[in-house]
Amino acid sequence: MKVLTANRLSDGIAVWYADGGWAETVGHADIAYDKAAEDRLEAIGAAAAANNEVLDVNVIDVTIVDGLVQPVRLREKIRAAGPTIHPDLGKQASPQAARAA
Amino acid sequence: MYRYDEFDHDFVQARVAEFSDQVKRRLAGEITEDQFRPLRLMNGVYLQLHAYMLRIAVPYGTLNSRQLRMLAHIARKYDKGYGHFTTRQNLQFHWPALADVPAILADLASVEMHCIQTSGNCIRNVTADHFAGAAADEVADPRPYAEILRQWSSVHPEFSYLPRKFKIAVTGAERDRAAIQAHDIGLHLKKNAAGELGFAVYVGGGLGRTPMVAKKIRDFLPEAELLSYCTAILRVYNLYGRRDNKYKARIKILVHETGVEEIARQIEAEWQELKDTELKLPEADIRAINAYFAPPALSARPEGDALVKQARLDSKSFSEWLDQNVVTHRHPDYAAVTISLKGIGEVPGDVTDSQMEAVADIAEKYAFDELRVSHEQNLILPHVARADLKAVYDALVEIGLATANSNLISDIISCPGLDYCSLATARSIPVAQEISRRFASLERQREIGELKLKISGCINACGHHHVGHIGILGVEKKGTELYQVTLGGSADENTSIGEIIGRGFSSEEITDAIEQIVDTYLGLRLRPDERFIDAYRRVGPAPFKEALYAGETKAA
Repeated sequence: MKVLTANRLSDGIAVWYADGGWAETVGHADIAYDKAAEDRLEAIGAAAAANNEVLDVNVIDVTIVDGLVQPVRLREKIRAAGPTIHPDLGKQASPQAARAA
Repeated sequence: MYRYDEFDHDFVQARVAEFSDQVKRRLAGEITEDQFRPLRLMNGVYLQLHAYMLRIAVPYGTLNSRQLRMLAHIARKYDKGYGHFTTRQNLQFHWPALADVPAILADLASVEMHCIQTSGNCIRNVTADHFAGAAADEVADPRPYAEILRQWSSVHPEFSYLPRKFKIAVTGAERDRAAIQAHDIGLHLKKNAAGELGFAVYVGGGLGRTPMVAKKIRDFLPEAELLSYCTAILRVYNLYGRRDNKYKARIKILVHETGVEEIARQIEAEWQELKDTELKLPEADIRAINAYFAPPALSARPEGDALVKQARLDSKSFSEWLDQNVVTHRHPDYAAVTISLKGIGEVPGDVTDSQMEAVADIAEKYAFDELRVSHEQNLILPHVARADLKAVYDALVEIGLATANSNLISDIISCPGLDYCSLATARSIPVAQEISRRFASLERQREIGELKLKISGCINACGHHHVGHIGILGVEKKGTELYQVTLGGSADENTSIGEIIGRGFSSEEITDAIEQIVDTYLGLRLRPDERFIDAYRRVGPAPFKEALYAGETKAA
């Protein structure tokens, strides 16, 4: 299972591709279950980067926890939540995002 | 203090205007990220995990209160209320929006600051002893020479596209507090037998994935030849440094692969062509720049002795802070103060906007408006009358910055690690915080004595772990964080690279392992004043390996 992630051009904030746009939380990101879907996500990411919406586009491994998307690697978990040393900063600072992250 | 002249003003203003236009065009989609990336890096803008990061140059770590207040203002207005001081004596903000960067640069320029050459394959911010101009053991203030190097290296057309980044450090004392032997060029300002100023020149030091101690290639270079000789070094590096592999592109690799004698010969040959050219520094220019750094007029304050003596009797905590964070000044009535940014359990090097403002007030009131950033991620008040030390201490207590742990085990250098950095492979700050909490007792820390603990969250070694008495390197192994420990590193005049002690430790194990290492040291030191590094050099790794891994060997 994979999702598409990037950082938004204007402010650098981490975003995930969901419902045809870029969401600020990972929980409801569009999931690719097979190679063809993964290729589609990569194409969407490349187009968004070329269109100067986002940068540093990547397709990452995820799992589903309590119905929400969760990244597999620690690096991506931290991107999705915020610095572990500052629970008051980043996505985890808002309750909705904290659940998703 | 250095005088920012009309040339600097115009140059920085022009750069702000240029980069503002580049940002505007990027946001409008007129230039691609591939085109923009080198431009943003030249102006200190990185992309990290959560957001952009902006690195602000603090030349040779010297700041005044007006500048620190502006950093506080930027932290509050554009960032998230704090900043992070780095091992290059710079400051980083971790959350700026790209759209705000032009406004931030304009604010910085209003206090004579900028982000130029804080990234990219150029000559980076020149660092210096944080006690420069104040230290009792100093031959001369190294900062005028760091400033000469700054002027020479700023947008130097020949050295703007080097094989890799290039770092220079200068010290003016025999005791090296600037880690010069861990730099691409390390300069030790000294006097020869005739009393003339010059430099011992070291080349090819560096950390990262291939740590190397710099080699001395010249014992005494006359001060007038500073630029001609550095140009010769850079020219040889620029010509022969590898560009085929970024991991082998630093000058340390060139020095290692070429051999010290041969590289010294090449530099010497190049220098023969340069030494009697316009690169020779005129005496009048050296003295003019020295005059910019003239020390403040330190009036006699002999009442300090009695005041300090009484205050020691009145307050044990003040007395401990005095012992640990206050060092001798060249003027007997004054002292240099380390403001620890390593409160127990805090993030090393982080400081809030309101703390910055309060420190600026203290510097203005008690320290001739001068501040330094140390490469060990602390702030320094270089000139404080001993008579004012108690007032400074009380003001620091109020803002939570009076931790008396300078040079102790909780005075940890730590890179931002995986909590922020896109290059990191493991977190480093939480490890620093846990070790700091484990050794929270000041009594215990003082019993242990001087111990330099340094943590990096990846092999790039921004946390200088190779030169920690105890170094910790975080890596990712099988999807989890693993911490390798090195022992015996040092970044002073006897620089050494630490040795890996054995298998790594999980995040749950690492603090226990550090405690075991410290307890082993306490058990084998000859005297209470035999420092960890001296004991390690005497006994080697065996007792530490035994303590950490003996059970495993027996079990196996």
